Amino acid sequence: MRRRVAIVGAGITLFRRRMLESPKELSFEASKMALDSAGLTLKDIESVVSGSAPDAFDGVHMKGEYYLDGMGAIGKPHQRVYVGGGTGVFTPIGGWWNVASGLYDTCLCVAEEKMSPLHPHPQYAFWSIFDQILERPLGTTLLWIFSLEMRRYMHKYGIKEEEIAEVAVKNKGNAVDHPCAQLGAKITVEDVMRSEPICEPVKRLDVSPPSDGAAAVILASEKVAKKLTDQPVWLDGVGWTLDSTHWTNRDLAYPEYVEKAAKMAYKMAGIKNPRKEIQVAEPYDPFDYKELHHLEGLQLAGKGEAPKMTVDGVTQRDGDLPVCPSGGLLGVGNPIAAAGMMKICEIFWQLRGEAGKRQVKKDARTGLAQAWGDLMQVGTVTVMRS
Amino acid sequence: MSQKITNYPGHEITPDDVKAGKYLDIFYKFEPKYSWAAGVAISRFLTELKEGKIFARKCHKCERILVPPRMYCEQCYRPTDEWVQVKDTGTVNTFSISHVGTDARRLKTPLLVAVIDIDGASPGMGILHNLGEVEPTKITVGMKVQAVWKRPEEREGSIMDIRYFRPMES
Repeated sequence: MRRRVAIVGAGITLFRRRMLESPKELSFEASKMALDSAGLTLKDIESVVSGSAPDAFDGVHMKGEYYLDGMGAIGKPHQRVYVGGGTGVFTPIGGWWNVASGLYDTCLCVAEEKMSPLHPHPQYAFWSIFDQILERPLGTTLLWIFSLEMRRYMHKYGIKEEEIAEVAVKNKGNAVDHPCAQLGAKITVEDVMRSEPICEPVKRLDVSPPSDGAAAVILASEKVAKKLTDQPVWLDGVGWTLDSTHWTNRDLAYPEYVEKAAKMAYKMAGIKNPRKEIQVAEPYDPFDYKELHHLEGLQLAGKGEAPKMTVDGVTQRDGDLPVCPSGGLLGVGNPIAAAGMMKICEIFWQLRGEAGKRQVKKDARTGLAQAWGDLMQVGTVTVMRS
Repeated sequence: MSQKITNYPGHEITPDDVKAGKYLDIFYKFEPKYSWAAGVAISRFLTELKEGKIFARKCHKCERILVPPRMYCEQCYRPTDEWVQVKDTGTVNTFSISHVGTDARRLKTPLLVAVIDIDGASPGMGILHNLGEVEPTKITVGMKVQAVWKRPEEREGSIMDIRYFRPMES
């Protein structure tokens, strides 16, 4: 018998290119803030789920065992979950298993990332996600999969780079109001178009930055949540699926694995018409086109129709479907796992009406956060309600 | 609670801070070496590349011809049945002009990369490879291309035995 699970607290650190704090210290700061906001102390926490991207960033093997004291996990059942860039949203899904199953009444979910240790650039770690025999000898960089996918997406639906750039303009603009943001800025489509080409069609301002940071949420069973707060945010649907690493064998114009993950979460949450029922969304936006790609996979836009929705202003904070009101990865920053968790925090604050300057105009009661990862193969989705 | 919290934790370090000696910076270089067994399917694939041929595996249940080859069909979840030679020509499914290398440093000459759907394999069976002998501005999705092989004595059983794909003469 599955139990209802609520989010009762959230915490986040600054997101910056390089932070002084160690992974343990970042984890502590985000976790402490989440505990304080829920009115709890560590002794109230029964289990801990953590998320972090490849150990290659830190050069520290068994990162999950290394940072766990910062996450308050000593002597508690702790698990580290990992699905590449999808990890940040997968971390509270892991927490959901702990609480929905009836095993525990409280679970601290923490996502931490330091990309800055790797030299000369964090991108270098991504070289090793490609097939070691058939792909790495070609001189791969992670940007390739994005530029190749962006091109295919544009080709299939006749989408212009200028339409895609609207996402970068919106998200970096939204991030100006996020107190932790690394790259909030008021920019124009022209700025994006004129920015340096990196992997054409991808240009500098189409991409989120490498970052350090951490974020955390506290999950509680219905019984405990109702004692703690009169504003629980319910984690009513979770979904995740993966495809194989044979990314060159699939349709790059449409993320089917995201569709499958979304449908799993919608079914669990009883969502029949996502476009009508989801009132605020935080899809994964490491690149501007990716937000559009994911809106389509999430069934929040028809295939090839997300760019028009964006150009028409539907996805602005005062629009009919506000998308990435936080500022997203493009604006707030992209400390991989922590970036996905930042989206969970944002929907939590939005649904409680606590997002301050970032608060969406409509009275949003149902929201969604989604992340994506690895070789165009991971979809992680959560549906939340207030 | 977002609007109720006024102070968010964390201290940024800039490259200038490090240069000025404000913070310690501890360097370490990790240089492991690996020797990978290529596996049953890819060993044969590489052996055939050395001969200037591209080989695929066929699944008799779904009739798909798979490149890169695998010894099992991941859709039917059964062993694949036979080796099939496919062509060394194909179609550009998508492409990119890469101005950066593996470690994100700027390249002097951009690298042209593409997913190439291989002729003779099932639709959409692409491989990642480089393009050559073409102006970047002339590349299009849907362009027909063919493999340019290294000379036989230079081949070593590697994906790089194909130097790159170039536009087919029509």
